[in-house]
This record gives sequence, structure tokens and C-alpha cells, in this order.
Amino acid sequence: MTKHDRLAVANLNRRHFLVGTAATGLVLGYAALPELGEAAGATETPANFEPTVWYAIGRDGKVVVTVGKAEMGQHIASTMAQIVAEELESSWKDMSIALASNDPKFNDPVLGAQITGGSWSTGMNFDAMRRAGAAGRLTLIKAAAEILAVPESELHAKNSRVVHAKSGKSLTYAQIVASGKATKTWTPDELKAIKLKTADQYVLIGRSVPQLDIPAKTNGTAKYGIDAFLPGMVYGKLALPPVRYGATVKSVNEADAKKVPGFVKAVVVDDKTGTTSGWVVAVAATYEGAKKAAAALKIEWDKGPYAAVDDQAIIAESRRLQQEGTAGFLFVKDGDSKAALSGAAKVIEAEYLTSLNIHAPMEPMNATVMEKDGVWHIYTGNQFATRTTGIASAIAGVDPSKIVLHQHYLGGGFGRRLESDMVVPAIAAAKAVGKPVKMIYSREDDMAMDFTRPLTYQKVRVGLDASGKAVAMEHDVIGAWPTARWGIPAFLTPSVDKKGSHDSFTVNGADYWYTIPNHTVRNFQNELAQKATPSGQLRSVAPAWTFWAVESTMDEIAHAAGQDPVEMRLALLDGAGNNSGAGAPTTAGGAKRLANVLRTAVGRSGYGAIKIAAGEGIGVACVSSQERTTPTWTACVAHVAVDKSSGQVTLKKLTVAMDVGTAVNPDGVRAQIEGSTLWGASLALLEKATMKNGGIEQTNFDGYTPMRMSQAPEIDISIISNGEAPVGCGEPAVTVVAPAIANAIFNAVGARVRSLPITADAVKAALKA
Amino acid sequence: MATLNINGHDHSVDVPNDTPLLWVIREHLQMTGTKFGCGAGYCGACTVHLNGTAVRSCQTAVSDAAGKRIVTIEGLHPKGEHPLQRAWIAEQVPQCGYCQSGQIMQAASLLAKNNDPTKAEIVEHMDGNLCRCMTYGRIQRAILRAASDMRGV
Repeated sequence: MTKHDRLAVANLNRRHFLVGTAATGLVLGYAALPELGEAAGATETPANFEPTVWYAIGRDGKVVVTVGKAEMGQHIASTMAQIVAEELESSWKDMSIALASNDPKFNDPVLGAQITGGSWSTGMNFDAMRRAGAAGRLTLIKAAAEILAVPESELHAKNSRVVHAKSGKSLTYAQIVASGKATKTWTPDELKAIKLKTADQYVLIGRSVPQLDIPAKTNGTAKYGIDAFLPGMVYGKLALPPVRYGATVKSVNEADAKKVPGFVKAVVVDDKTGTTSGWVVAVAATYEGAKKAAAALKIEWDKGPYAAVDDQAIIAESRRLQQEGTAGFLFVKDGDSKAALSGAAKVIEAEYLTSLNIHAPMEPMNATVMEKDGVWHIYTGNQFATRTTGIASAIAGVDPSKIVLHQHYLGGGFGRRLESDMVVPAIAAAKAVGKPVKMIYSREDDMAMDFTRPLTYQKVRVGLDASGKAVAMEHDVIGAWPTARWGIPAFLTPSVDKKGSHDSFTVNGADYWYTIPNHTVRNFQNELAQKATPSGQLRSVAPAWTFWAVESTMDEIAHAAGQDPVEMRLALLDGAGNNSGAGAPTTAGGAKRLANVLRTAVGRSGYGAIKIAAGEGIGVACVSSQERTTPTWTACVAHVAVDKSSGQVTLKKLTVAMDVGTAVNPDGVRAQIEGSTLWGASLALLEKATMKNGGIEQTNFDGYTPMRMSQAPEIDISIISNGEAPVGCGEPAVTVVAPAIANAIFNAVGARVRSLPITADAVKAALKA
Repeated sequence: MATLNINGHDHSVDVPNDTPLLWVIREHLQMTGTKFGCGAGYCGACTVHLNGTAVRSCQTAVSDAAGKRIVTIEGLHPKGEHPLQRAWIAEQVPQCGYCQSGQIMQAASLLAKNNDPTKAEIVEHMDGNLCRCMTYGRIQRAILRAASDMRGV
């Protein structure tokens, strides 16, 4: 049983004042929850369809907010509690958090599934959590009016109390809940009718209250999936084929493994979901035994059809697709780019590439699983409980309602834990040995079988008129399609010409906010890459490569036209037509807000005002990541020094400005920008994975090298919180850093690097070009 | 059979001599504050103290730890209120938090010898500890805060 489970059980075993939403709307009232099972963490009976419970107030006045979002360091659980507390008028000291199971009642109110990604969580839950909080407050006030025998209109709520100002009497929330008089069922219409606070009335939103998950993360008590234990469990360690995908097991010889004390057996994973291929699990009484046994297994594989694939083969196929041109799906079609390019005074044409990248969260993938009374219990940390439940049910051979996912803290997510592979070998092994199994990937397993960021290839053609103004742009984006691999049609997007559906999560960002009248974007799937390198969503997803191309191109245009890169961008961010952002709260202000953050970052950086030493340069970039409908306006100014003889790039400073609309917790926003800015720098300069002979070559942190403390540059961050609708802040800064650095390198020494990561060798080669 | 003194208590464990101390602490004794990150000494998530020195428990055989004082994050301070732990909260350092036990144990071995480190000394001492959330700026600030707290200034 995890700490969270205990927390939830301790509170839910009493009669509670409940607030939740379901198909029927938000429900408040006392509910006698079914007695919870004694089995480890059996907190829900999945067959039940009870109303979703977003929070409960105990008789002690403590508020437990149940969060359906994965807590992977973005402090989203704390943020949800903060939004609830704003309208509930509860004291921050009374708030605590519990992590939801996979019960569909905890689905995201907008997305209709349990998935954490896209920097969506705050924006998409902001309305529902405020209404949930307000409904609780209103019900408590009504109950207090009854107890105190005064009109509701004379009461107000503050700091977990309902106060009658006239008489000076007050009741704590604890007292009201204990009275049993707080009961009301809210319909969706009633919820919708609640008048919420305006931004100027917030007392908690906008305050940097301490994050609720942090104390447990300083003393070793925070529980991650890898910290789960079950009675009678054995351990599983993977024995993997030499290729990333497509292998099948021909034979397994256990003779040497049997000499390892505690060895149980080798299990060949039969995976009908296709999530894995050719995996074998060595099962033993201890992890160190399982590890020795896995190494001692003699396995023969058929390496399958992708055993010769390498990066060059993938790039060659992408280039072929682009040149052939017929397989693309139209994502943007404004004006007539073909005609405009043929009439252009000058055409700029370039290829942009990004390498494979590995998520490598510090907690390697793991899952601990147990079958009990026909129900499979899964202990792990996961970003996509809905899909993981489906995969688990297919492997276990039971209905999805018989899968209970016990959510834990995630020792890093970054998109890696949107995947479900870790439950596959765990369940297969547990079925085969008839015991609970704790499956822990070694770091080598974790890197070999990462769902990498796809290797992307982009081709950009820009037409300038005689004055140097960009009038046309054609942009082709080619790579593996991670979201399409999931096989969920709802996640795909119809192409502009209705030719078919495509994975817009590989091309978002190419639909930028610059006013360039003739603009065509096409999205291509590289099927070789799709099969040989099963790809995933890596923090910030497509905008990290589309803006790499777009924002580098903007710099190329400025230099070709002899214009200042900042002035040129500001002129194109005129907010005309569709770029006004009118019609939706999240896009209000449109391109003008992007211009504003660009000016902010430029001003903070001293661009144009400070002296830059020889061999140093400043570069800018601005982005609207993540999606056209959920833009977080972000700009970056990079200051670099380049050693011409070695090609070595030193980051001197990154200045970032971000407009998040409403910063619920400004210090939390700042922490996310700090981390994602360094992520962007790490991807730009330090992280590169490669495929050779169908396998990922890097095996541990010696070969795959995320940024360390000594490599972290100075960062200056400006957060703009202007009362507009809140948008995400966990990813966008990742996408703005690489082009800013590349543009700074060009300004420093005239080397244009168009491939990520930017290596010293690439800088040297570009210097000669 | 080996006897390990962890956080002042003796534990008898029946494991092969070459078993990494990490797995004994985490899986046999179920003290999970110490984390597994890479198994190769590259990341520092498994850092514990052996006779006061920060070591990678994934690279330490249980036979080499027997008879020495082992301290894990759970034993750094009886109430979890070591100046570093307080500073980690004050600076709101952890994001995912997974590496932070190792970061704190690594930092504690620095401050035990030098309670007035420079930024360069901090970077040099901490560079072997990866933080994938990249909370490096806050880690530095928290170490400086804890150091000044320990000096009483």
C-alpha cells in the first residue's frame, strides 16, 4: 500500500462530505463509501460507477483533493488543490493531495480520458476545479445558515470558516461537515450558473504557496512506482533483443540461469498488443538474482525486418518522401505558395534535422503487479492511465474494469510514461509464475527500449519580395508519428484538403502566428522510422522541431534581407486576420502577445544595448507552443561564445519571457520555465541518440548525456501573468531555446547549423561552408 | 550473512557478498528513500554515506559496507530537518524529486567538511549528480542557504 493509498483510505473510510463530477454533474453530499478491501491499496471497486470525487472534506476540516493528473514534478496536484481552494475559501494549511486510480470517474473533464501531457492540465481543469470549489463553499454556507439560523446572504466564507459578520459568530468547515447538514446535488446547469471570481478577486491564485508534494521529496518518504512492495512478490529483469523492434524469440536456454540462486523461470512475453517484440523476462526471488539470471540466459532471436536500419536510412527515406511529395497531408494552406514562390525575388531553401532523443527519466521504467480475486492491481506511475488500462487488460486477458492502477509519483515523466510497455512484461511474468512480480528496467533496458523522440527531417522554402519581405513559405515535416502509433483515431486530425487523417502532434507549431500570406505546410509519415523506431512524445513534442526550423528560418530571412531579426519578427507579428486570436479565451490577443514577450525578452537581455565580445553572439527566437489553440507565448534570447578553432559553444546566458495568461503559482511556473529552458539547452547541445543495426546505440548516462550542473547557463526569466486564461508552462520553453542558440552562433561566427543537437564538429563544418 | 549498520541500527542480511548495497537497502530492507538511477555510478541517485563519505551505493558491494556506518536519507536527521532538508523546502527545489535524496546526501558530505563553499566548489562537488528535471539552480541556492544556516549567519 502506498502512502497516497493510506492517505486516501484514512480519509475515505469515514463518512465524508464529497464533491465530484460525473456524467450527471457535480454531486455534493454525504456518501457512505463501500468498505475498502484489505488487499494492498485496493481503494476502489472498479465495477462501481460512482460519481467522480475531486475532493473530500473530513470532519477535521482537512480537504483531500484527488488528482487525476500524473504528478511528475510539475506540481500539478498542488496546483489543482490551489484552484479548488481559491473558490472553496479553504486555508492552504488544510489542503492535501491524493493521486487518483484509473477509475474513469477521474477522467479529465475536457479530454474525457486520464492523460497528462500537452501542457494542458491547468488550462483544461481551471474551470472545473473552480466550480467544484465554489459548489463546496456555497453548500457549506447554506448549511451554516441553517445551523446559525441566519440568512445565507449575511454569511461569507474565508480561511476554512463561514462567518456571520453581523454577530461575529462563525463556524469552521470541520464543524459544518460534522453537523451532517452540508448536502446538495449540483446539476451541470447549476454548476454552469455559479458566478466565479474575476481575476482581481483571487486571494490564492497568483500566490506562490508551498507545493504540497515537496516535503516528502526531501526526506525519502515520497513513494514512486519503484518503491512498491507486495507480499510474496518475485522480481523480473528483461533480457532484450539487439534491435529496438521487430524481433521474435526463437529459443531460450535456461541452463546457466538455473544455477543462479532463487531463479524461477524465463518468460517469453507474448504481446498481442504489439507494444513490445522479442522480450524475455528472467524471474527470480531477488532483483540481483533476476539480473544475473537475465545475463545468463542464452536466447536466439530472429532479428526481424529492421535489423539493418540506421539513422542514415531513415533520413534517406524522409528525403525521398519529401522529393516525391505525394504522401504528405496538408496541415496549413493559406494563399498560393507555389505561385508566390515562383514570382519571388529571392528564394531561401534549407533542410532541418533533429536526432533521435531519449527521455531517460531518473526513475527507470517499472511496474509491480498482482492478480487477486480476478482483479489485476498495478503499482506504477503513469501519464496515460486510460490507455495503460487497455494494454494491461489485453495482456492479462481480463476486462478493463478488472484493472486497478495504483498511481504513484513519477520519477520523471517527460512523455515517457505516456507509454504502457512496463506493464506488459510485468503482467506476462506474473501470469506465468502465479505470483506478484516487481519488474524494474535497468538503465540499459530503459534506454534500449525508449519510445524516442522521432528523428525528424524538414524542408523549408521561403520566397522574399523585392523589399526583402517574406511572402511565401512551404514547409514539409517528415518523421515517425508517435500519436498515430497509439491507434486512437480521436487523436488524429483531418487534413486541410480532407484527403485523410494525420498526426498533427508531429507538426504543431508550423501553423505559426506570423502573417505570411502564402503558406503551405505538409505532414509526412516515414513508415520505415515508424516501424524501426517506435517513437514517443518527448517533452514539448512537435514544436521542438517545427520551431527549430521556423525560427532558424526567420533568422536566415532577416540576414538574407539585411534586416534586424527582432524588428523583422515584430513586423510579421501584426495580429492581422486569423492571427488576431479573437474568438477563444486561450488565444485572445494573438500575435500581439507573442510580439510582447519578444520585446520583453529582448529588453531584459540588453539586446542591442550591451557590448558583445568578439566570438560571442546574441540570437533570438519566439514561439507559440504547444498548439494553435493553446499557445503559450514564449521568447528567448541566447547569448553564446563560440571557439572557432574547436567549434565549442559556451552558453553564457538565456533570457526567457513567457506569457502564461494566469500564473496560478508563480514560483511553480518559474520552476517549470527553469527546468524546461535547460531541457531546451540540453537537447540543443548535449543529447543525441543514434540507431545502428536496428538498435539504439546509447546504453547509459556515459553515452547519452543530459545537462549537468557545470553545464547549466545563467537564466533570466520573466513571467507575464495578465489575467488572461491560464495556459501551460511545462513544455513551451523547451522549444524556443535551440533556435535562439543556433541564431546566436550564426551571429557570433557566421556558422549556420541546421541539425540538432549542435555539435562542435557541426559548428566547425558550418564555418567552412 | 552480513551485518550492516544503517542509520544507527544493525541489520543482518543474507545476500551474496557482491550484491550492491543499493539493492540491499532498497529491496531487502525496503528503505526506499535511496534511489536506483543508472546502476553504473553515472547519476548519483543512489548516494549514501559510508563512514561520512558520500558513495554510490550501486557501486558498493555489501561486503565493503559491512562494519561501517551507513547513513541514508532517512537517517540524515531524525525529523528530516537537516539544514539542507529545510533549505530544499525553502527554495522549493524538488520537481519530480527522484534524484533529490542523492542530491541532498551528496551536498551533506560537502557541508560536513566545508560550511562556507563557493559556487565553484558546489558545482565541482555536485556535478556527478544528474537531475533530469534540471533543478540545478535551486540546488545551488539551497546549498548556499543551508551553509549560511549552519554558520549561523
